[in-house]
Amino acid sequence: MNLLSVVLFLPLVGFLIALFIPRSSPQASRTWALVISLAIFVISIGLPVMLDNSATGEQFGIDVPWIATPAIHFYIAADGVSMWLVMLSTFLTPICVLISWRYIQHRIKEFFAFLLLLEFGLVGVFIAQDLFLFYVFWEISLIPMYFLVGIWGHDRRIYAAVKFFLYTFAGSVLMLAAIIYLYNRAGTFSYPAILAMLSSGRLMFDSTEQLLLFLAFFIAFAIKVPLFPLHTWLPDAHVEAPSAGSVMLASVMLKMGTFGILHYCLPLFPSAARTCAPWIVVLAIIGIVYGALVSLVQPNMKKLVAYSSVSHLGFVVLGIFSFTQLGLDGAVYQMLNHGISTGALFVLVGLLYERNHSLAIADYGGVATVAPWLSTVFLITTLASIGLPMLNNFVGEFMVLQGTAIANFTWTVFAAVGVILSACYMLWLYQRVFYGEVSENVRRHIPDLNLREWAVVVPLIAMMVWMGVYPMSFLPPVSKATARVLDQAQINVPFKVELPRKVEVARAR
Amino acid sequence: MPVNSFFNAGDMIRFLPEIILTVMGTLMMVLDPVLHRRSSNAFGLLSLFTLVAALIGSVYAYTQAGPAFGGMMIVDGFATFFRVLVIVVGILTVLPSFRFLARQDAETSEYHALLLFSIAGQCVMASANDLIMIFIGLEISSIASYVLAGYLRDDKRANEAALKYFLLGSFATGFFLYGVALVYGATGSVNLSVVRAAVTSANGPSPVFIGVAAALMFVGLAFKVSAAPFQVWAPDVYQGAPTPVTAFLSAGPKAAAFAIFLRIFMTALEPLGNSWAPLVWISALLSMTIGNFAALLQSNVKRLLAYSSIAHAGYVLVALTARSDVGTAAAMFYLAAYAFMNIGAFAVVSHLSGKGERYQAVDDFAGLAQKQPMTAAILTIFLLSLIGVPLTGGFFGKFYIFKAALESHLVWLTVLGLLNSAVAAYYYLRLLVMMYMYEPSEAATNAEPLSAGMRAALILPALGTLFLGIFPGWVLDFAGKSSNLVK
Repeated sequence: MNLLSVVLFLPLVGFLIALFIPRSSPQASRTWALVISLAIFVISIGLPVMLDNSATGEQFGIDVPWIATPAIHFYIAADGVSMWLVMLSTFLTPICVLISWRYIQHRIKEFFAFLLLLEFGLVGVFIAQDLFLFYVFWEISLIPMYFLVGIWGHDRRIYAAVKFFLYTFAGSVLMLAAIIYLYNRAGTFSYPAILAMLSSGRLMFDSTEQLLLFLAFFIAFAIKVPLFPLHTWLPDAHVEAPSAGSVMLASVMLKMGTFGILHYCLPLFPSAARTCAPWIVVLAIIGIVYGALVSLVQPNMKKLVAYSSVSHLGFVVLGIFSFTQLGLDGAVYQMLNHGISTGALFVLVGLLYERNHSLAIADYGGVATVAPWLSTVFLITTLASIGLPMLNNFVGEFMVLQGTAIANFTWTVFAAVGVILSACYMLWLYQRVFYGEVSENVRRHIPDLNLREWAVVVPLIAMMVWMGVYPMSFLPPVSKATARVLDQAQINVPFKVELPRKVEVARAR
Repeated sequence: MPVNSFFNAGDMIRFLPEIILTVMGTLMMVLDPVLHRRSSNAFGLLSLFTLVAALIGSVYAYTQAGPAFGGMMIVDGFATFFRVLVIVVGILTVLPSFRFLARQDAETSEYHALLLFSIAGQCVMASANDLIMIFIGLEISSIASYVLAGYLRDDKRANEAALKYFLLGSFATGFFLYGVALVYGATGSVNLSVVRAAVTSANGPSPVFIGVAAALMFVGLAFKVSAAPFQVWAPDVYQGAPTPVTAFLSAGPKAAAFAIFLRIFMTALEPLGNSWAPLVWISALLSMTIGNFAALLQSNVKRLLAYSSIAHAGYVLVALTARSDVGTAAAMFYLAAYAFMNIGAFAVVSHLSGKGERYQAVDDFAGLAQKQPMTAAILTIFLLSLIGVPLTGGFFGKFYIFKAALESHLVWLTVLGLLNSAVAAYYYLRLLVMMYMYEPSEAATNAEPLSAGMRAALILPALGTLFLGIFPGWVLDFAGKSSNLVK
């Protein structure tokens, strides 16, 4: 039995069984979702355990023909990067089930069913090796999220859900055109086969072709990331989504975009990627600074965290387009870090909302007095998010900045401003919510963490510390995969591209 | 030509589905006074039985594949594909009609007889290889459809729809006939193979002559498939006609019209492709754009689906613009997928609309998911398929069409078409939003439980849509094998 396919299909099985749980017993729906998602997580631990670190390339591969003409295969496999992203999805799904335990009060059965379907789509996106299959999962993950936001969201949920769907769908149809074009040229949807053709020179794109194809893929991914100025759907979707939706959206769905850029755009269209890199880097830096500045003035906690995502994801894009080993490793690590720490922030904001039914910062104050443990956890998460050493984000941000400095020091200077600003908006948020006068409302409505909530936050905090203190548990497989991406990004460059001299030094090291 | 070579057993077998449909349709009219007041379901059941028999007949006819009646008809994979398609559309029309006719207290015998005649006409269209046969099939199908559109005599809207459909339809047929006449004048034949030979020969007719004929036929056919700029009739007719009839009109006659469209333009007129391709290119783009953007503004679901069907005609025209066997196969696959998803969506509308078809507004779908989760889930499948989300037939249909278009280097048409489908997502989403994200409306609260016929009418196309989405290979292989038309 192929481990990866078990991890992929168990959520689908869970979804189908969840559909048959009678509506009259919501407790059964919750319990089933928790049991199956925990089981999936436990099984997925086998992936890093069994990953062969000495081998290069994808592992756990399984390739089954699906459709004869055009030849489409059900072909999945994982490398160091996609494995961790799959782990991130399977790790966060049980957490989302737990935080929705009381939060979701109507149409409970459907909610947990959609959550499991979402997990299926997300896992599939990261491990598909057939471009067609990738597109299928890409779209499948869209549907449950659309319903999660639209049915269980806040007041403007419908607007947010439709906007989210249309943005993503509009981007992805262009990617579909590019995928079909690739197929017509290469004669196969198999991603490894296409890469092999590119490296052996049997498949060549001239520079215009490459640029257009690159853009078709890149725009679809950039909308998902979201890269400034395509980010406008994100604050709406995040704010309106229920807690679990925000967590999955921020922690995993945004990574579909950055993963796509890293995994598809760079190896497939290296020279176009290099041509566009300066422009993209500028957009990423604008995103970093702009996201941070907008966060600073948000009166709504969720919106603040949402804009901080725009800023954080800017770092990831910056790291990818530095084309250095350190930058790429840092970008991937930052994807995971953001998943954990921003996920935790959304969880905690959700806990506050569950208690006081408000997301406005002004409605809080002095929470530390009435709920000291909740405040402590929030503080650790805040510090992780702003990149305090010994916590996870520090490692990722440092690597990204270091990698970028090798490529272009000016970029680093601008990006570092974002780090400073993130300390400003996060600490100011903390101050306004947790310190100060305790209002009567806060005293009455905000109890401290209960046992279920402890079960949610402890794993998150543990991961922040682990990833901050000992990144070497995670980085080796990542480096292996990113080194391959960099390697592929060197080939098939029909016209000469000037590389900064220091990049070569870094690669040689 | 001796008479006995005209009427031999092989020809009769090749003509079997048409024979079954016509004989049974006529029989129904004769049986009307006998069976009338006893059971209102009798004619429906008889009609179902006839259609199943015709289905078997068309498969049997395929075992005797070849030309019939001196080349006036041809039974090949292409013809069989479309015969089976229109007959299945017929079955899916009859199933929701039981409940519909009972609810409206309408006569049943004429309804079913007309339906059978119309399908017989479409079967002729599917297998005709001769412009006159095509014309006859077109007329049989159309005249029955005109009457069906106005079947509810007391309904003003239905009357308007029928009259409009009849007047504009006659004009379109006139255009088509002019084209046929010109072709005959220029080449001396109406047989598609002979015409093709004449067109390609060195001392053939003037290209201008044939070009004008092609343009005239294009106008007639574009009308029949409701492609822009000849689409204006469609929204009014689709909205006014009884809902099961609308479902039928949007799937059956359209598929058959596309069959002759493909047959004529990919055989006889194929050598002139460079002249007519720009025409089809423009029409495809206009249909997609007008259909999708106009649908954004609709509040009536039938009208919304009418505009959506104009857009979908545009997608199929993209496949025709590709001018390749792959394109033909893609069009065939798309029409099959489209028939399932569209007829299913209309069946849900018919189910919900209630007596006198009161509830047809988008708002009437509010909260359906809470009152009838099953119905809402099935409509969701159809809507996702119409949007073009993977694992549904609609997605694979679009995928194959745009794949064919890119193979023929129609990059701009592909990009514009795909962007169009993103626009389309918006109005289909509105229905999803209504069903899942609003509190139940009067219509959803009063919706009657699903009858057995209605249940079948919803589940069968849903299964078909999913089947074409998950295992498209079977249908696509057959379409691919039969897309190389006899030239």
